[in-house]
Amino acid sequence: MENEMGNEQMMQDLIKRVETLEANAPEDRLALGCLSGDLDKTMAAFIIAIGAAAFDMEVDIFFTFWATAALRDPKKKVKKDLLGNMFGMMLPNGAGKLPLSKMQMMGMGPLMIKGVMKKHGAKSLEELMKDAADLGVRLHVCTMSMDLMGIKREEMIDYPHMQFVGVGTFVDIFSNAKQCWFL
Amino acid sequence: MTAEELMAMEVGKLVDARGTACPGPLLDAKRAIAECPVGEVMEVQSSDDGTIIDIQRWCKKMGHEYLGDREDDGFWSVYLRRAK
Repeated sequence: MENEMGNEQMMQDLIKRVETLEANAPEDRLALGCLSGDLDKTMAAFIIAIGAAAFDMEVDIFFTFWATAALRDPKKKVKKDLLGNMFGMMLPNGAGKLPLSKMQMMGMGPLMIKGVMKKHGAKSLEELMKDAADLGVRLHVCTMSMDLMGIKREEMIDYPHMQFVGVGTFVDIFSNAKQCWFL
Repeated sequence: MTAEELMAMEVGKLVDARGTACPGPLLDAKRAIAECPVGEVMEVQSSDDGTIIDIQRWCKKMGHEYLGDREDDGFWSVYLRRAK
């Protein structure tokens, strides 16, 4: 009788432990962090994101610091204060204006890479962003970075799954994902 | 499967991803599979030979049956059977 009670207790404990494990199991989800704002690294992030989405993984990309400028829409003009205007002029105005992490060569590098990409049928970063949007890839943009650099929500691209967030979202997104990359 | 056997297969959905670079062919396959009836064969044509191993791994993850690949005139054809 006593032994049976022991078994019952053990079973309850096991069920509880399995439930805890299941609740904490990583989701079939990829989390990417973009910080650099470099064309090459941002393209890598979107290619990996699209690949993962094709594999039916959910994808979240966190955009912070320099990378936030990659999401500016050059067609949108917004009013800013003096410092904001200065930053706005110095930062790349959108995905089409990003520098390379290597071989920048005063702007020659990105032009050459774009030429080679076109020749090889590789999509531009803007096209990759559209594909990512179609596949439901979610973008999370750091509001503090935007504030620091004077980037306004009104000048961001029209992306269907874009949220403006803080570090709490970043930690939450990364803690439950199966794979995490920071570029 | 041999190239001859693959060529003789009835294809339910043909995807021409030639001339597009990574991740184009994989993305085209992902989009086209919905239009391939379950149990039928999908052929993905790509000028990037990286597609072969990509699609093999994709099939394994998605549960589709990878049938084989063959080299054609300057491109590759990859065959799979849609599972679900």
